[in-house]
Amino acid sequence: MTYEELLTETALNDDRFIVMTAENRALVRNIPAKLGNRFIDTGITEQTMIGAAAGLALRGRIPVVHALASFLSMRAFEFIRTDAGIPKLPVKLSSFIPGFLSDGNGPTHQALEDIALMCGIPNMTVFAPADEDDLVKMLPQVWKHPNPSYVRINTRKTDYAHAPFEWGKAEVVSIGEDVTILTYGLLFEQALIAAEVLKSEGLSVGLINMRSLKPVDERAILEATRESRLTITLEDHFQTGGLYSIVATVLLKHGLTANVLPIALNERWFKPSLLPNVLQHEGFTGKQVAERILGYKTFFTQPKMAVPEFSE
Amino acid sequence: MHQTQINRLEATALNVREHIIKMSTDGGCFVGASLSAADLIVYLYSEFLNVNAGNLNDPNRDYLFLSKGHDVPALYGTFAELGLLEKERLQNHLSLNDNIYWHPNTKIPGIEFHSGSLGHLPSVAIGVAMDIKIRGGSNRVVCIMGDGELNEGTCWEAALVANAYKLDNLIFVIDRNHFQANMATEDLIPLEPLHDKFTAFGAAVKRINGHDFEALHEAFSACPFEAGKVNVVIADTVRGKGLPSIERRADRWFCNFNAEEVDSLLKELHGEHTTQLTSETLVVR
Repeated sequence: MTYEELLTETALNDDRFIVMTAENRALVRNIPAKLGNRFIDTGITEQTMIGAAAGLALRGRIPVVHALASFLSMRAFEFIRTDAGIPKLPVKLSSFIPGFLSDGNGPTHQALEDIALMCGIPNMTVFAPADEDDLVKMLPQVWKHPNPSYVRINTRKTDYAHAPFEWGKAEVVSIGEDVTILTYGLLFEQALIAAEVLKSEGLSVGLINMRSLKPVDERAILEATRESRLTITLEDHFQTGGLYSIVATVLLKHGLTANVLPIALNERWFKPSLLPNVLQHEGFTGKQVAERILGYKTFFTQPKMAVPEFSE
Repeated sequence: MHQTQINRLEATALNVREHIIKMSTDGGCFVGASLSAADLIVYLYSEFLNVNAGNLNDPNRDYLFLSKGHDVPALYGTFAELGLLEKERLQNHLSLNDNIYWHPNTKIPGIEFHSGSLGHLPSVAIGVAMDIKIRGGSNRVVCIMGDGELNEGTCWEAALVANAYKLDNLIFVIDRNHFQANMATEDLIPLEPLHDKFTAFGAAVKRINGHDFEALHEAFSACPFEAGKVNVVIADTVRGKGLPSIERRADRWFCNFNAEEVDSLLKELHGEHTTQLTSETLVVR
């Protein structure tokens, strides 16, 4: 099932749902015809869209709101915080092309602080699915929850079949004795590749999909850092305020420390290009991540990655 | 409108102004903006909106959103006069034991949404008006904005969207008191010709004297002004209205009067004299 199919079915079965967009229709092309006046396009007005979503939620609606990640999380930040966060209204944010998924757009479109910003809003919940399968497994629970939510939309198709979504829980694929990679979003795909390389080099490797960032699965973080000699936080986000910061907070809260290597964008934006080139240039392919952990080059061949279609 | 009705509204507004003046001490309040909006708010709750203590959760009630926010003493004063709020609670202004502070919040029954950050509630009001349209309802949505607030781009974004969605059940009311925080609007960010600006955005606009109950009644009774067009009422008002000693004064935005001044201002309100404000009452924030 695709994102659009799930959203259409959800909205057709429950007339509380309103689908909104700030003229970002890539994810909802066929919805206007299906939902009629329960589809609202406010034009390129992220702030007004969020305010209107709050007004609709006041009237008992559940607005699912679409915009590009950087404009939604930053331009409309104060509206999200003030109009959805303070009154705890069920405004459901679908944040499109977050992180590396903005590929060739350039730094204006690079949402690399969205998780930091959204996690900082009381009442907000924050999710980053690994792929479309993960996305459609989490959304029914995310959309039915009474709190506002921010989802880093990721509709990439992979072969991975994810475990059912549990509220506030990570998807613990495995825990390794040598190294465990904590990641979220599209880099899960690369982390799977990295784990394969590391295993072929004889390491005991773990992998955790941190699909729920707020509420975060503290037990999964504590288990990984306790059982593994090295924990990696791998994310397409600024190093400040993302998963690395979340892990640090959880460890400190429990009076613990650990050997954690952050792989993130540290105080910089990334070089814009098509997604596979971006990953290669920035050192985020599975092979590169594994080699960084190993400290040496391997003969592994990085699999080709499909280029996403332009879709705004 | 009957003269008896006007007399009643004027009496209510006078009481509301007393409440505002009494709240402008022990920490103070935004007295100038509250006094400019008082007649408007009294009119809307007394004559126009089908809102009362018994229907605050009825989805068919009308909605009022106070976007300018800092004029909330006028709203609380009106609530107190119309039985939505116990009068004694106004004495809890800024007390930790109540929720009556400088901006509106939904812990006070009758407040539809919190405000304080300018340029937000036009869009929230749009969402409510959209939902009423989707459901085929006939209730109306009023959003009061300050003229200074119109500096915020989101007010104009909202005007575009309200026009696009033909929200003729929505009324943007501009409390045109001609001042923003520290100075006259036309000396900082000129707004005129304001009527033309909103007309150009596709709204149906009426400009009236915001202290004239008959004019208010005539304008609001004509809503929707034009089918399919968002309504805009530009209410020309006087900042500090009712207190000549602070009327139209750029330096009387937020005031924290001492007890003697409050007593004197209450007398001034009733036309007994004007007050010599000597103490340090000016707070600019």
